[in-house]
Amino acid sequence: MEPVVRLVDVVAVLGGFPALAGASLTVERGEIVLLQGPNGAGKTSLLRLCAGLLPVERGAATVLGCDLVADRTAVRNRVGLLGHANGLYAELTVHDNVRFWGATVGASEGEVTAALARMALDGRLRDVAVGRLSAGQRRRTALACLVARRAELWLLDEPHAGLDAVGRDDLDGILRAAAAAGATVLVASHELERVGRLATRVVDVVGGQVRAR
Amino acid sequence: MSVKARSAAAQAWRVARLVAVKDLRVEWRSRVVLNQVLPFAAVVMVMFAFALDNTDLLTRVAPGLVWMATIFSLQVLVQRSFAIETADGALDALQVAGVRPGGVFLGKSLALAAELAVLEVVLLGAAIVLYRTDVPAGRLGLLAATYLAATCGLAFVGTLYGGLAAGAKGRETLLPLLMLPVVAPVLIGATRATEAAFGTNDATTGDGWPWLGLLALFAAVFGTAGTLGFGSLIDE
Amino acid sequence: MNTTAPTAATDNASNASAAAPVRDKRPTSTRFTQVLGVIVLAGFAWLVVFGLLLSPDDSEQRSLVRIMYVHVPSAWLAYLAFVVTGVASAAYLWRRSRNLQWDRLAGASAEVGILFMAITLVTGSLWGRPTWGTYWTWDSRLTTTAFLFVTYIGYLAVRGLGGSHHQRARRSAVMALLAVLEVPLVHFSVRWWRPLHQGQTVEAQKIDGLMLFSLFVGLVAFTLLYVWLVLHRMRVALLDDEVDDRGLDAALAARRAEG
Repeated sequence: MEPVVRLVDVVAVLGGFPALAGASLTVERGEIVLLQGPNGAGKTSLLRLCAGLLPVERGAATVLGCDLVADRTAVRNRVGLLGHANGLYAELTVHDNVRFWGATVGASEGEVTAALARMALDGRLRDVAVGRLSAGQRRRTALACLVARRAELWLLDEPHAGLDAVGRDDLDGILRAAAAAGATVLVASHELERVGRLATRVVDVVGGQVRAR
Repeated sequence: MSVKARSAAAQAWRVARLVAVKDLRVEWRSRVVLNQVLPFAAVVMVMFAFALDNTDLLTRVAPGLVWMATIFSLQVLVQRSFAIETADGALDALQVAGVRPGGVFLGKSLALAAELAVLEVVLLGAAIVLYRTDVPAGRLGLLAATYLAATCGLAFVGTLYGGLAAGAKGRETLLPLLMLPVVAPVLIGATRATEAAFGTNDATTGDGWPWLGLLALFAAVFGTAGTLGFGSLIDE
Repeated sequence: MNTTAPTAATDNASNASAAAPVRDKRPTSTRFTQVLGVIVLAGFAWLVVFGLLLSPDDSEQRSLVRIMYVHVPSAWLAYLAFVVTGVASAAYLWRRSRNLQWDRLAGASAEVGILFMAITLVTGSLWGRPTWGTYWTWDSRLTTTAFLFVTYIGYLAVRGLGGSHHQRARRSAVMALLAVLEVPLVHFSVRWWRPLHQGQTVEAQKIDGLMLFSLFVGLVAFTLLYVWLVLHRMRVALLDDEVDDRGLDAALAARRAEG
């Protein structure tokens, strides 16, 4: 079977700087891969490239069967990206946000409610404007949006940032459930121990390249 | 129309509705247009009166001033419209969500047009009160048609160039330079048609209809261009 | 024009070490542009001779008519330059190969067009003041020209926004096509707005044979100048892009060494 992610010697440029300098990585369906490495190593760029946001300057990249060099827009509605920014509208409530992002892939109200429950946002917080939430609660909301988006490939960039102990446990649960449902997960994280227990594989990202352990 | 094209159009329309409702809901919750842009537009109208300092002259040039105030406010509205997308990376998220850029364009244009419409009603009221403008009841049809066409044109151009500025990350200062020359035909056309509707300088309704045609053409051209080209502009 | 394949150049550069920058002695001119440059110089000398010395004074405008030998050709060339920008932008988007040479042509032509349009506006004002008694009049042709000028300044600003070469090319190509849509709309709205325009300032039947010939000389000289400037500007743009690519190769080597 064709791998979900296949990067071969990929170079990607951010403002003239080669964020990825010949990265190669192959990920099979159902894997949970932990990307780890120092700040500025290229983890974020790797995830953004897989989401079809960052153009491939050189090399070959195929994600979910879509050739990113030829057309990086085709893959987009099949992946879910949680970046440093949460992509939330501060004026809208938690429920509004999850419903909006769910609706972009045609999620039903039932799926939205389930996603909210999954991140324990179906109580008091459901109808609170996101702008009034704490950083951790916003992160939870962004994860709920991601759950509602039913992605085939999950790209998570420091998903633990701001989450409390309960939130981290919930996140573990989500990742296990996603992988069990056949999704593939790439996580960039400094939470080596926690994610390491879940991950099927750990790779190092250094100097814009990927090294297997 | 082929089945494929029809389903693409239906999808784009679904996205447009989703985005328009979202934008209007954000405005409903934050009231930025109501509390900041409307007062700004009113102040502009008062400042015009200070600058011209002659009631007869004000009555004569009222249509032009109303549209100038609208276009100034448009700059602010467009910046606000894209500030909510860039504040927390939502524009990126919209792209990853794979929604049709044409749909996003139409949706944001629709919301912008609705906000502009409210603003224009207020400015029209201000012109009646401050500039002693008369609106003859028999010409309301021309006035309404003019406002509809001009509002669509302004909303399309605003969304198109606002998207470009937002996609280029923090180059909002570029927006007026790019946008003002483009909306010049709307300023000219809408002002002449509104003069005809107001009966300013003894203009008749017959003077207004050709200008309305120009406004409609403008809206059609930029609506089409935006639906097709928006993806290229917001992409990194 | 000598278009050294950019890939060959970058391949060479990637072999060179990051520390020692590659010296490139290639000039921005080619044999063709050198000859063309000489012809341009000769053309302008010819224009000076005909425009200032040989052609007669106009019966009404007297010596002022001589401004026309610069004003009219530069206006024509400016419009031609913007047409070239539009066509090159369409060609960039149309061809699947996405050849950056089209993008460089579009950018170079727009820059030269702005230069010629500035010359047109300045010479026109200088001519208008003694002839019409005013530097500027809200005539439709003047107003459209002024709008074009501002629009293409905006286009150049968009070109300067940064990003990768293809990003720049795609974004600015869309802008150029939008400008192509905008120009007729502005033109017609302004024409309806001010229908009374000053008439052709140079009417063919009234014009003296030698004057017409001087105008023709001006047109030829400006066209050659346009070609020469665009070729050089494209060449500089190509080298600029190559420098960027080489910078990337050096940065890549440094980046790989991090790990």
